[in-house]
This record gives sequence, structure tokens and C-alpha cells, in this order.
Amino acid sequence: MRVCELHELGRISYSAALALQGELVEKRKQGLISDQFLLLEHPHVITLGRNGRAEHLLAGPEALRRAGIEFHRTDRGGDITYHGPGQVVGYPILDLRAWRRDVVAYVRGLEQVIIEALAEFGLRAGRVPGRTGVWIEDRKIAAIGVHVSRWVTSHGFALNVSTDLSYFRYIVPCGLAAPVTSMAEMGAPASPAQVNRALAAAFARVFECEMIRPVIPVEQAR
Amino acid sequence: MIDVVMPQMGESIVEGTLTKWLKKPGERVERDEALFEISTDKVDTEIPSPAAGTLAEVLVAEGQTVAVNTVVARIEESAAARAAAPAAEAAEASVAAPPLTPAPAAAAPAAAAEAPPEEAPPEAVGPLSPLVRKMLREHNLDPRLIKGTGAGGRITKQDVEAFLAARAEAAAAPVPTPPVSPPAAAPPPAGEPAPAAPPLSAPAPAPPPEAPPARPEAPKVRIEPMSVMRQKIAEHMILSRRTSAHVTTVHRVDMTRVARMRERYKAEVQQRYGFSLTFLPFVTRAAAQALRAYPLLNASIDGSNIVYHNEINIGIAVALDNGLIVPVIRNADEKSVIGLQRAIADLAARARSRQLKPDEVHGGTFSITNFGSYGSLTGTPIINQPQVAILGVGVVEKAPVVVDEDKIAIRSVCLLSLTFDHRLIDGALADQFMLKLKAVLENWSEEVL
Repeated sequence: MRVCELHELGRISYSAALALQGELVEKRKQGLISDQFLLLEHPHVITLGRNGRAEHLLAGPEALRRAGIEFHRTDRGGDITYHGPGQVVGYPILDLRAWRRDVVAYVRGLEQVIIEALAEFGLRAGRVPGRTGVWIEDRKIAAIGVHVSRWVTSHGFALNVSTDLSYFRYIVPCGLAAPVTSMAEMGAPASPAQVNRALAAAFARVFECEMIRPVIPVEQAR
Repeated sequence: MIDVVMPQMGESIVEGTLTKWLKKPGERVERDEALFEISTDKVDTEIPSPAAGTLAEVLVAEGQTVAVNTVVARIEESAAARAAAPAAEAAEASVAAPPLTPAPAAAAPAAAAEAPPEEAPPEAVGPLSPLVRKMLREHNLDPRLIKGTGAGGRITKQDVEAFLAARAEAAAAPVPTPPVSPPAAAPPPAGEPAPAAPPLSAPAPAPPPEAPPARPEAPKVRIEPMSVMRQKIAEHMILSRRTSAHVTTVHRVDMTRVARMRERYKAEVQQRYGFSLTFLPFVTRAAAQALRAYPLLNASIDGSNIVYHNEINIGIAVALDNGLIVPVIRNADEKSVIGLQRAIADLAARARSRQLKPDEVHGGTFSITNFGSYGSLTGTPIINQPQVAILGVGVVEKAPVVVDEDKIAIRSVCLLSLTFDHRLIDGALADQFMLKLKAVLENWSEEVL
């Protein structure tokens, strides 16, 4: 069975996570490392995907600065989104050739991971055709945006656990004027550690891999 | 010219949106360099160039959505890329039509100049009639694959026809025939599919060419990739053998006192703590004391410096399914036999369920491997870098032993082996360490509970 290393990074800046992903993607392409699954949280940041429309950012630079929100343009798919405390962000670095050479199946897989993880907290989430992401009724609870280079994935998903949803007022999330929600708002409060555990387990099932902590048999083996 | 097509990024995907050209027409692009980006359902994908050359034409504008396999651009292949073709091909090609630009010195060297003229192809094939040569060219066949039945093994028109018929028959399970590369300077024949490999999909290596399909046989081998853990273990083992000067010394230790102690407390430990009491914590405790006495065994080498570790952190090798991990008991010298047994049981259980934290496998200063639990008498373990010694524990068995001058008694004995790094530790020191370890075990005086 394929091995996937799980890294729980805690709170890490968007740019640091971006640099780490870049490094891991390069190593994954060269076959130096196995698949990786990063779980983390970002400080307040708004990111705009390559195909995002700047007008979906509803606040000017000055307003963002005052609110303590960073702004990044990035190379993932999808439109604009917000990350911040209380949100579990997952960045899988996967070589899709070892799973399925199918980027849409991959995105459906990510949705499945989130849906299964939410089920563990008693939440019934699902998909909305044509609107990638995970939804509870008509509210979006998790956003997805992925980048693929030579079948190696980066970026991923963001699941609102106890996110302060008022921060979404600065954007039109993913270019959709649909409301967002969180696990806490839906009556299933949970700690990031609990959510991480559920996501890691669901990820191992959906992507048919064995999730290991990044322990190595002996020092210096890396 | 090489066609660049919209790749299929998944079974169900029929189209893609070209979101960004990363190269402009006229710009040079290397093979596998990112050429453009496409977007499908919230996934942005970089598409590498199928060939090296110059981006000649861009046929699909940014923002346009086109069906899979639509030609989106054309690349004018560079001479350098062609010169990199195998020498045999280069030789053939250069005769047919010398390249317009001189080939770089490294590629297609003298061999090209010396290649025989086309009228006298390599002897392996024999002379070919113009008709046969034309047929070979038309069907893109390699003459070396065709058995000649004409005079002197010469390939006849009938031979080529028979070969084509056999190939058509085998089409159900096609045996790919590597195409003979067309003359380099000449364009590929019209109607011939451009030799561009579909981007991204790494083509499966072609099986060796064989004209008639061989009778299928049961495979003689099964090939499986190593797990990542296996690869890391392999790397580390070789690294260690290359790094240290491994020497092993073996001592026989009388474990009778320890065995009695263990017998006395086994049931109570099991009942009170819920784990069984093994020999390993006794050996670990004795090793910690011996390491205190001989700190060089607890050191590591850093360039030309000796690093003495003030903490005694003992790694315990734990076998996993097709793997191995060495979780570390920190400050092992500060723990009692019960404390050590608890740590060993806990680390081993969590190692097997993959619940160890990263820092629990780092920072070891000495290691113990207990192959005796699998019945081994002794062994020569490999040092866990950057440590300088590892203790191997053999099986504890009852054996007849000569005691008190000339009497034979039945005692519990065990072979302990120490592999040490002779760069830092000499045999005399290693054996002093072992004698200390042996003395602690043979004269065990500490109470367990």
C-alpha cells in the first residue's frame, strides 16, 4: 500500500506553507519522498486563484491592512478565498499517477474526504453539482482549489471548523454569492486536532494509502 | 513540427480551458518545461512541452475552452534535440541528407562521417532492393526485424508483405515496433502522425522488438516498488556501513540472577501494570550503567570532533511488518526496570500502530536490538548513525555451564554482541564496556518492585 506522510504543522503563514509545498512538490516529482498530507491553519489571509477575478475582493488594500489580513495571488485553481484561525487547511502533495490520472476524480476525492470526516461529527454534508466544494444544504463549509504539475498536486482544501465567518464579508467566496458556514455554526464544535484526525483517517480510506506520521526508522535517513 | 495537444487530465474529462501561455510564439522551450496552464474544475495544471524547440504557433488563445486532443500549438523541433537521437539513427540520417547546421561536437561525431553510404547498409541486413527500401520507408519498418529469405538472406518484397501480415494478425495484442526514425532533415511523411508523445503520460517502456509475437509464458518474476520506509532503511544501512568501521565483539552473560528476579515479579508486574516483564529492561538498565561508566560508547563523531552526549537516550529497535523503527527512551539511566519496561511496551505498541511522534525516534545516543526474541543466538547489528555502538541481545536459554572450577551447572545464559565504530572505540574499551554490562547483569542486586 502506498504511504502518505502526515504533517500537522499548526499555525503557519501562507507564504511559509507555499514555500514548503514548493519544496515537497519538487521532491515528490523526483521520487525522493512519498505522498505528503499537510494539515495546518493560516493567520488571516485572502488568496486569489489564477483564474480569480479581482472584483471578488470587496475590500481595498487599506481596509485589509487595517483588519490584519494579508493578500496573496496564487497559482491554484479556483477563485478567491479566505483562510484564518479556526479553519483546518489541508494541502496534499500527491503523485496522481500512483492513484488515478484524473484531476476531476481527485477533486471529487477531496470532497469525499471532507464529507466522511464531517460525518464523524454527525454532520451530513454533500456536493452541489457544478460547484466544487463541500456543502451543508446551501451553505459552503469547505472550499477547494488545486494546482497540478506533472501529476503532482499542491494546494487543496479549507474546512471551516470554528472560523469567524464575518471575515468572509471581504470577499465573494469562490466568486459565488452563497453563504458560508462552519462546523461550530452547524452545531458540531470540534478542536483542530479532532478534525485533523478525522480528515487523516478519511484521506487514507479515499486515497487508498497508509497514513504515517513522518517518523523515519533512523536518524539521517532522509 | 510537433503538435501540442490539449491533454486529457482524467477519464471523464472531455475538454479543458487554456488559462495561460507560459511561453510566447518564437520563444525557445525545453522538453518537459512548463508550456501552458489549463484549468478544469478548480484544478490548475501546468502542461510541459512534449519537445525541445521553438514555439512556432499558438492556436488556442488564453481563456478558450477546447476539446481534449485539440492541437493548441506547434513546436519547431530544434537541431540539438535531433542530434541527441541515438548514434545509429544519426548515422543513417546524416547520409541521407546531411544536417543543415553542423551537429554539436558532442553529438553524432565521427561515426556520422564514417557511416557507409545508403547503397551499402549494414551487413546485418544485407543489400536491399529499391522496392524493398521504399516499402520499409512507407511502413516505417526496421529491416533488422525482418527475416530475409532471398539470396544470401536478402529481404524480398514477399518478406516485407509477410512481416506486415504477421503484424496485422498480432494487432489484438500489438507488439510495438519501434519506428525507424525518418531522415532527420526531411519532414515526416505527410499523413504520418507527428511523433509527439501525448504530454504528461509517460509512455510505457516498449518491450524488446520481436517480429512474431512470442508464446505468452508465466512471468518468472514479480516486480514491486519498495515502500518508502524500506527505501529509507536501505539507504540508512548502506550509509552506516560506509560511514563506520564496524567491529563486533560477543560476550556470554550468565542471566540466572536476572531470570530468578524476573520469575519472582513477573506475575505481579503483569497484574499491577498490565504488561509482561521481559529481559530487555534489565539489559537496558545495565547498558545505561555501563554507558555512564564508558561515555565514549554514548558519543558520536562530528568531523574530527568527538561529541559526548550528556543524556543517555537508548533506541530500541522495533520490528514492523516489512520495516523497522528505533524509538528512543530518553534519559534511560534515570528509569527503573519497571519504568524501562513500561517505556519499551508503550513505544513498541505505538510504533506498530504508527502513532509515534517524530521526536520519539530522534536523539538516540545508543541502540539496542533484541533479536533474541526471534530465537537468534547472536548477530552483528549495524550501527544506527550517528551513534557509535549498538548492542545485540541474543536469546536467553538454559545451558550447561562449567562453574566453581570443575562442576557443570544449568544456568540461564545469553550472548550479548556489541557492534562498535572502530574509528572511535578500540576493542579493549568495547570489551571493558561489555564486562561492566556483564557484571551488572550477573550480580543483579536491584529490587524490581
